[in-house]
Amino acid sequence: MAGWFDLVRVKFIADFVKDNRWRYIVNGLGVTLEVTVFAVLIGIVLGFLVASIRSAHEKTGKLKLANAVCKAYLTVVRGTPVLVQLLIIYFVIFGSMPVNKVIVAIIAFGINSGAYVAEIVRSGILSVDPGQMEAGRSLGFNYMGTMRFIVMPQALKNVLPALGNELIVLLKETSVSGYIALQDLTKGGDIIRGRTYDAFMPLVAVALIYLAIVVGLSKCVALLERRLRSSDH
Amino acid sequence: MTTDTLIRVENLKKHFGDLEALRGVSLEITKGEVLVIIGPSGSGKSTLLRCLNLLELPTAGKILFEGQDIAAPKVNINAYRMKMGMVFQQFNLFPHMTVLKNMTIAPIRLLKKTREEAEEKAMALLKRVGLSDRADAYPSQLSGGQKQRIAIVRALCMDPDVMLFDEPTSALDPEMVGEVLEVMRELALEGRTMAVVTHEMGFAREVGTSLLFMDQGQIVEKGKPADLFDHPQNPRTREFLSKVL
Repeated sequence: MAGWFDLVRVKFIADFVKDNRWRYIVNGLGVTLEVTVFAVLIGIVLGFLVASIRSAHEKTGKLKLANAVCKAYLTVVRGTPVLVQLLIIYFVIFGSMPVNKVIVAIIAFGINSGAYVAEIVRSGILSVDPGQMEAGRSLGFNYMGTMRFIVMPQALKNVLPALGNELIVLLKETSVSGYIALQDLTKGGDIIRGRTYDAFMPLVAVALIYLAIVVGLSKCVALLERRLRSSDH
Repeated sequence: MTTDTLIRVENLKKHFGDLEALRGVSLEITKGEVLVIIGPSGSGKSTLLRCLNLLELPTAGKILFEGQDIAAPKVNINAYRMKMGMVFQQFNLFPHMTVLKNMTIAPIRLLKKTREEAEEKAMALLKRVGLSDRADAYPSQLSGGQKQRIAIVRALCMDPDVMLFDEPTSALDPEMVGEVLEVMRELALEGRTMAVVTHEMGFAREVGTSLLFMDQGQIVEKGKPADLFDHPQNPRTREFLSKVL
């Protein structure tokens, strides 16, 4: 038993203490959070834009070209793996340019997330009773005004939990960033594994960190859901 | 067309795919008139009303509002909709806003009134329908009759030239129908121009200044309510009235 503890202690020191290797984890976590937060922001902006265009087209028949572009975007992004998108953006689109990998990852995951956010928001818009649009229009609001003041606030409330889940999914998806040699949390743990030849501790540490964040975020989403339901008016 | 004509509809047609909801309807609404439209389900009466403010786009025909054809392309319909208040069967209050906000958002955003002005007018209207104490309530906290009374005064906040009522009491519990009809009766008495689609025959007879009976997308008969109820000329009208009266 004492021998086992000694082994764990030695491995822990080799994995995290020696040469300040804990920094791979901490710095990696910072990169992961940075990429996630900014990608989510891009995703929300893009998603709302696409959802607005698609809904406006469905309702009024206008914006044909923009709608076609949006549909192509949704098809391509949702029809290919996020890892392939990341690789294409890094090696093909930014291939010959010196560019910050964090920014590449933010752009790639942002574009990816935008497609999913767009469908979430669109479903939210569809969930609002069509009578709301009619009431807004009958008062004299134009389409945009009715969307802004009447439909969107209700749609957003309906989809807030789904948007929270999208954030959770995105956080985990950024773990493939290592493929473009970006040192995120996962890559950090993997680098330690390469240095110490110990797979267990660094990878389990990484997994536990993801788990802690996701459990925390899930709690927040659940809380939000409950609060939205209790103030249901 | 006399100067008193507010709305004039000429040969209005509306198709939903193969279904002809309106097959050439013409009518006139003069200022101060309370036009009541009755008829069986699917007769096109709601479609007609919804065409008046272009919630449904007519397939053919003209709708002249104060002399201007609002069904013509490139007309800014939003400006005309501000002059036509509409009350829906399902109330369609905005559930994420308080009663007061429901009533003031359009005057503030569209008529560029100040918040104080808009709220003052809203409170005065709420008082008239006996709901001043519900100004800060949300629609989900109101009864059906209260919701519909709020919907009516919300439309009135825009100072419309005509009020359109699309079966305003059909979604209400029976004991709440009276309070809504009472508000409508008062509006009629103060000389508001109204077009009302309804199944309330008592209201039609008592408050209406003219009555239309529609069937299968056409106006079958029109006249003074008392004449139409007591001496219907058309056999289809007679049949309908014998069933509902």
